[in-house]
Amino acid sequence: MADIVTPKLDGKIRIPLMEEGATSHYHTLESSPKLNEALGYPGELVENWQEKAIEKFREVLDTNKALRVFMDICVKCGSCTDKCHYFIGTHDSRNMPVARQDLMRKVYRRYFTLGGKLFPKLVGASDFTKEVLDEWYTYFHQCSQCRRCSVFCPYGIDTAEISMAARLIMSHIGLSSKYSNEIIAKVYNTGNNLGIPAPALAGTMEFLEEEVKDATGVDVRYPMDEKGADVLLIAPSADFFSAPHVDSLIGYGKVFHEAGISWTVSSYASEFANFGMFVGDFHVMRKIAQRIKDAAREFGVKRIVVGECGHAWRVGHSFWNTLVGPWDFLDQRYPVPQHICEFSLDLIQRGGLKLDKSANDARIVTFHDSCNVARASSMGGYEGGQFEVPRELIRATCNNFVEMAEDTIKEKTYCCGGGGGLLTDDLMELRIRGVLPRAEALHAVMESHGVNYLALICAICKAQFTKVLPYYNIPMEVVGGIHQLVGDAIVLGGAKHEV
Amino acid sequence: MTRLSMVYITLYYIAFAIFLGGFLFKIWRFAKTPAPLVIVGTPGAKSGVGTALRVASDALLFRSLFRGNKWIWVGAYCFHFGLLFLIFRHLRYFVWPLPMWYSRVEQLVGITGGLMVVIGIGWLLGRRFFHARTRYISAFSDYFVLFLLLAIAGTGLLIKFSVRTDIIAVKTFMLGLARLHPQPAPADPWFLLHFSLVLVLLVYFPFSKLMHAGGVFFSPTRNQIDWTRSTERNGGTSLPSRTRSLRRSARG
Ligand code: HEM
Ligand code: SF4
Ligand code: SF4
Ligand code: SF4
Repeated sequence: MADIVTPKLDGKIRIPLMEEGATSHYHTLESSPKLNEALGYPGELVENWQEKAIEKFREVLDTNKALRVFMDICVKCGSCTDKCHYFIGTHDSRNMPVARQDLMRKVYRRYFTLGGKLFPKLVGASDFTKEVLDEWYTYFHQCSQCRRCSVFCPYGIDTAEISMAARLIMSHIGLSSKYSNEIIAKVYNTGNNLGIPAPALAGTMEFLEEEVKDATGVDVRYPMDEKGADVLLIAPSADFFSAPHVDSLIGYGKVFHEAGISWTVSSYASEFANFGMFVGDFHVMRKIAQRIKDAAREFGVKRIVVGECGHAWRVGHSFWNTLVGPWDFLDQRYPVPQHICEFSLDLIQRGGLKLDKSANDARIVTFHDSCNVARASSMGGYEGGQFEVPRELIRATCNNFVEMAEDTIKEKTYCCGGGGGLLTDDLMELRIRGVLPRAEALHAVMESHGVNYLALICAICKAQFTKVLPYYNIPMEVVGGIHQLVGDAIVLGGAKHEV
Repeated sequence: MTRLSMVYITLYYIAFAIFLGGFLFKIWRFAKTPAPLVIVGTPGAKSGVGTALRVASDALLFRSLFRGNKWIWVGAYCFHFGLLFLIFRHLRYFVWPLPMWYSRVEQLVGITGGLMVVIGIGWLLGRRFFHARTRYISAFSDYFVLFLLLAIAGTGLLIKFSVRTDIIAVKTFMLGLARLHPQPAPADPWFLLHFSLVLVLLVYFPFSKLMHAGGVFFSPTRNQIDWTRSTERNGGTSLPSRTRSLRRSARG
């Protein structure tokens, strides 16, 4: 474990005093020239980077209403200043959302506003110097794009949009993060973020069939590349290879088995995650999403169901239609895409799943609203469904469910601290500090109610929490997926019916 | 007509033109910039009416600010509604005649508004000075606009209560401006100071954060409908194509 002193948890979230530059040394590794070029960006910082950056900046302003409006209308009221988990965890004043935005706004003002051109000092404008570029790289890679700040801003100014735009501009002058670019290159080459080749994937699926058979005595299928299946399942690739992710995948398979529906994963589109969003480049986003559409067409499926992943759900739910729609070749009676939580809950409500809640009796469960689900998408087709659908699913499968503090759930949820393309070892310290408010809220219910299971619906959340909670003396075993709960509660062969 | 009157009349029309042109230009630019992806903050309304209510609750009640910080909200609400009252109170300088009920309430509304503005600004200014995080994010321009508004409200109250200007002369002058039929400006220095400060505000407005007054209606995280999975929108928007600058920088 990295050598980091973490505060002792006491269940209270405190707003710290500011410390200037506390995290100015957190510098995620830069992408190699080869990698940059593979994604169509310049290999390294171009010579006339300043000019290029301003040119790109102008273009983004002209094509992205959010940025255009957000650059102009912040009144510096300060409502957002205490809302970011990274500020709470690191104390760095630049991690206050408006201060982060201002790194971009000061350049905007200098080059695009009259005040900034005439009186830069008075309006807080600044030339785009190398130092400012360094600050951009540092602090726009300390934003997990969780949108919590946006909720409390009188104008909904969304720092996530600003950090995406900043990263996009930086990519276009040859400066981007190794972690995100590596992952994007892997999806392009192998169809998933982990770079798992098809045979290994097939091996996993076979292995799961044996596992479930051993554990339950029932032949539950985990099919891959089966043309003509009804459902194409798109899961985050971590579900195939990481713990505790894989237990949710087992759960999805059991649900489909009970639904009596034929399904398959695709080795060509074996990834739900879409890091194109993190780097702010919707051409990358589209390219990754296109693979899924192509696979769905090729297999001739009727519907697409997706696994537990926060940001990918945002991309699927909110962007797929625009990026690669129309989806008119799919069965229009079902939403495109449909979340596995929606699928399972619907099945339960129609009596299609026999559940034995007592199977989860050893668990006292709480639920972490993944920020991209909570604040950037919905479920169930109604306002706020993204909060209710997972909770109903937990209540249907467990006897013990406890909510964390009101200020840390639903729309006000705190990010896990690892989203937005920051789930990398070279930002370990940031990740450990960023989880602080969530860890406090979790600690509080562990103390008061003996909670021992943190239910999640996001692959990144799962990876992040298992890694960083131990720094706060919370064992990684508390972390698990909702479909792990569902999978464990299902009585296989229990409900026979027509779907 | 005196030279002073000529100068003020000219300045007024210039300032007004800059304000109107600048404001409309900015709004037009907010409006025409495409929003390629739906980025509405959720939970968001699933219908147009719901979305309109959401935007209205932010514009009229400052609902998000209320959820974010009650202390700022109190000052902000006091100040803005005071401002609204003052605008109402100034109607008589732009439109005449006005209905009977107007003259019955204008005094009360005007005085309340003036006090609300001064108290509200004092509150917000105090925060900016003494609250560490707010001070940290403030630039000169953030103080400037508060002082400017305070000075406008202050001179206004002064004219009303203390130095007492010739209201009939002011009204003649103002209505003359509004009717494009200029009349001599009152020579009272307090009035002219008040008036000059307002001209500064008008010119400053479109170039500053005061544009939040229009921008609040254009924020995509609030004014979009959460309908991305509905079939009506299936493939409904298109994205700008990969741009030239990218191709160029990729080569260079
Ligand atoms: C649609 C109309 C408007 C809405 C919805 C609106 C809303 C807001 C909100 C929510 C704030 C943040 C809270 C605060 O710091 O006070 C704010 C700040 C501010 N508004 Fe407005 N406003 C509007 C019109 C105006 C106008 C017409 C002016 C001035 C002529 C104005 C001047 C200011 C100033 C100076 C601040 C900054 C206050 C500070 O320094 O803390 N607003 N506005
Ligand atoms: S989007 Fe999240 S991580 Fe980024 S500044 Fe806002 S609260 Fe912080
Ligand atoms: S809450 Fe919004 S308007 Fe207020 S300082 Fe933060 S970003 Fe600016
Ligand atoms: S990893 Fe989870 S909590 Fe963190 S940014 Fe993503 S969805 Fe949000």
